[in-house]
Amino acid sequence: MAQRIIVDPITRIEGHLRIEVEVANGKVSNAWSSSTLFRGLELILQGRDPRDAWLITQRACGVCTYVHGLSSVRCVDDAVHVTIPENARLIRNLLMGVQFLHDHLVHFYHLHALDWVDVVSALKADPAKASKIANQVSPAGNSGTSDFKAVQARLRKFVDSGQLGIFTNGYWGHPAYKLPPEVNLIATAHYLEALRQQARTARMHAVFGGKNPHVQSLVVGGVTCAADLNPDRISEFLYLHKETKAFVDNVYIPDLLAVAGFYKDWGAIGGTSNFLCYGEFPQQGKEPDSLFLPRGAIFKREVAKVQGVDVAKISEHVKHSWYEGDQAKNPAQGETRPAFTKMDTNDRYSWMKAPRYNGEPMEVGPLARVLVAYGKGHGPTKKAVDGVLKKLNIPVTALFSTLGRTAARAIETQIIADAMDGWIMELVENLKSGNDKTFTPYEMPEESTGVGLNDVPRGALGHWVEVKGKKIHNYQLVVPSTWNLGPRCGADKPGPVEQALIGTPIADPKRPLEILRTVHSFDPCIACGVHVIDPASNEVYKFRVS
Amino acid sequence: MEQGNDLSRRLDRKGVSRRDFLKFCTIVSGTMGLAPAFAPRIAEALANPRRPPVIYLSFAECTGCSEALLRSSYPWIDELVLDILSLEYHETLMAGAGAQVEAAKAAAVAKYPGKFICVVDGAIPTADKGIYGTIGGKTFLEIAGEVVPKSLATICMGTCASYGGLPAAAPNPTGAKGLKDALGADLKVPVVNIPGCPPNPINLVGTVVNYLLFGKLPDLDAKGRPLFAYGKTIHDQCPRRSHFENGEFVTEFGSKEARMGYCLYQMGCKGPETYNNCPTVKFNEGTSWPVQAGHPCIGCSEPNFWDALSPFYQAL
Repeated sequence: MAQRIIVDPITRIEGHLRIEVEVANGKVSNAWSSSTLFRGLELILQGRDPRDAWLITQRACGVCTYVHGLSSVRCVDDAVHVTIPENARLIRNLLMGVQFLHDHLVHFYHLHALDWVDVVSALKADPAKASKIANQVSPAGNSGTSDFKAVQARLRKFVDSGQLGIFTNGYWGHPAYKLPPEVNLIATAHYLEALRQQARTARMHAVFGGKNPHVQSLVVGGVTCAADLNPDRISEFLYLHKETKAFVDNVYIPDLLAVAGFYKDWGAIGGTSNFLCYGEFPQQGKEPDSLFLPRGAIFKREVAKVQGVDVAKISEHVKHSWYEGDQAKNPAQGETRPAFTKMDTNDRYSWMKAPRYNGEPMEVGPLARVLVAYGKGHGPTKKAVDGVLKKLNIPVTALFSTLGRTAARAIETQIIADAMDGWIMELVENLKSGNDKTFTPYEMPEESTGVGLNDVPRGALGHWVEVKGKKIHNYQLVVPSTWNLGPRCGADKPGPVEQALIGTPIADPKRPLEILRTVHSFDPCIACGVHVIDPASNEVYKFRVS
Repeated sequence: MEQGNDLSRRLDRKGVSRRDFLKFCTIVSGTMGLAPAFAPRIAEALANPRRPPVIYLSFAECTGCSEALLRSSYPWIDELVLDILSLEYHETLMAGAGAQVEAAKAAAVAKYPGKFICVVDGAIPTADKGIYGTIGGKTFLEIAGEVVPKSLATICMGTCASYGGLPAAAPNPTGAKGLKDALGADLKVPVVNIPGCPPNPINLVGTVVNYLLFGKLPDLDAKGRPLFAYGKTIHDQCPRRSHFENGEFVTEFGSKEARMGYCLYQMGCKGPETYNNCPTVKFNEGTSWPVQAGHPCIGCSEPNFWDALSPFYQAL
């Protein structure tokens, strides 16, 4: 007989998310994803100075900080018809690269790892054996017997204190944990190391952005950090980047491979069918004509047939969301206003809307980007993906899974970290040749529209603005977590995470660890995902795409 | 000496080197405006084997304040979480989920009545009975009402929890309020505001240290902010102040004046009306702050700054 499980709150994510599943015969047979926070940022944006929009939209999320700021300045750049200088493009790309590195590191170690790593089991590990294993998989430092002994002692002291803090009521000893104690100890040591590394990685944002979270050096027309484009600052950035890259190469990637090796069965769990990405990192001239990570859409897992992206095919549905109305059919008809009814999975159950592309739910994020790049024959991606598949001895089809999603995130972290080296050198060459331009002046038009399409750590992100009387008339964000975690649409098709959860094995319905694995593999970001789309919001497809 | 050795032993047991620890204590005492002689006393207070319990609640927020806490380097976040505080509840970091963490929160409140420090980030939606934000089926308003009055003291981390922040910006679609406003005059527990978008984590650490050291919360200004951090304007502490006095202004981003680090007043800098210690403590291990990155201050630690101090690129 089917049993309902509600997990609320889902922890180790950004924001407030509730997951309800139905379990039958030890497996998830149905799932509902509900976002339980509504702030109404689009309404707050209306009537304001378009130049201020990026400061407001950046606060859509403090975990994926920067990305909504960047999307917004790109969107308003487009509306005022300005082409930013080369140096501004490079600084913006570098800051975006930092965001990917930081976000993915924190996700793997602090938001996702405890789904796979049993911290308490690490107490039983033999530190000498852990050291031996660690040295076999990676040249990373802090891997001596004494290092692991120290971590174990610190952990034991913590557990013995009886004050378990954030580890209270974890799922320790759950049968779905498969790592030997030594690997648990290595991963726990790296969980702690990564807590410091992420702060060092985020420092790169401060070098050219003043601070992190919430960088403050972007402006419509370019960047403001003109005084920081000097040898001292560039060296500081390079040093921090080198340190992060070493951590990615020597700790993150080896840990991913080591842990994944024990969870290969998750290469057949948690998959979806359709994938969408807008692409990211414009490499020259006007954004976004040339993109380092390519744009594309994949249907029914046909990786070899990557299709182009047409934003006119995007629609947002509200049949199962707490908004007035039934379905996003004709944007000109009626306003969409928040209208809470009650939590009812048969009716309305989320503050998120349900975006669809050509009527289909689309997964966005690292896996979508890696699949599109792989399908388009993107050199660095193909090499990295084939390498990981070979090392894990799994087929390409295993990518359509929870494991594949988590692996794709690590793969692209390494690809972006490598590419950043080149962008820093481009910046240095520009400055050496006397090109120190960072800003292009512009006039705010009386009326205009603009769009900013980006791919950010969690997936495809679009901002749309309509300017009237030099003020924001309408502003809209269609964001990654809405794609991934939105509810059912007008045609009652489940969203990607709802689809991915079906078939997930559940060993103990009272301790639903396996649900967290798949939900976390999407790296949910709920504050971003919830938006009211008012008269304008449904007008996505009416906006001109330049 | 006796005391010093004992401290070393206790730090050692916590896996913290005495030298690193004292270094951080010196930085914290500096931020708090205390004499360097206080550093050892701060170290002593923080090395207490019984770690002070903290319950961290997140409401209508963007998680930027929690992320800011993760960037703490004096001390590092792993030291805060494992060695110094007992973080009983924090949604972004908790290992468990759902019913398990809700139970952990309830148990912590019951175990430490009137003894835990509550930290809150995010505003509280109050319109339509607070239905715009729920956790575990309860509204943020209900959760705050259950937990905050039982705390020893509550610290509002960030402008949203302090004054409503972005969700409360016009037209305030969800009736969002800061914690004190939302809970009303009946709230007897002392509340400290650490505004900023997000705030510098050292100001949260300084507030907690003040309590551990002196057994009381720091002195506050009329807006509930600790004077050690929010006692002076950005403008009064700004390294570009001499350019202001000399009439040397940036009038266009990317210009020669911008490259030379001139005053950003005419670009809309809100430093003259903003109280915070950004110019002196800076962010991310003292790496930089917005004016150093060539961008005007937007006044993010002032109540209602999204409305009162915008448009941001217009001179005061």
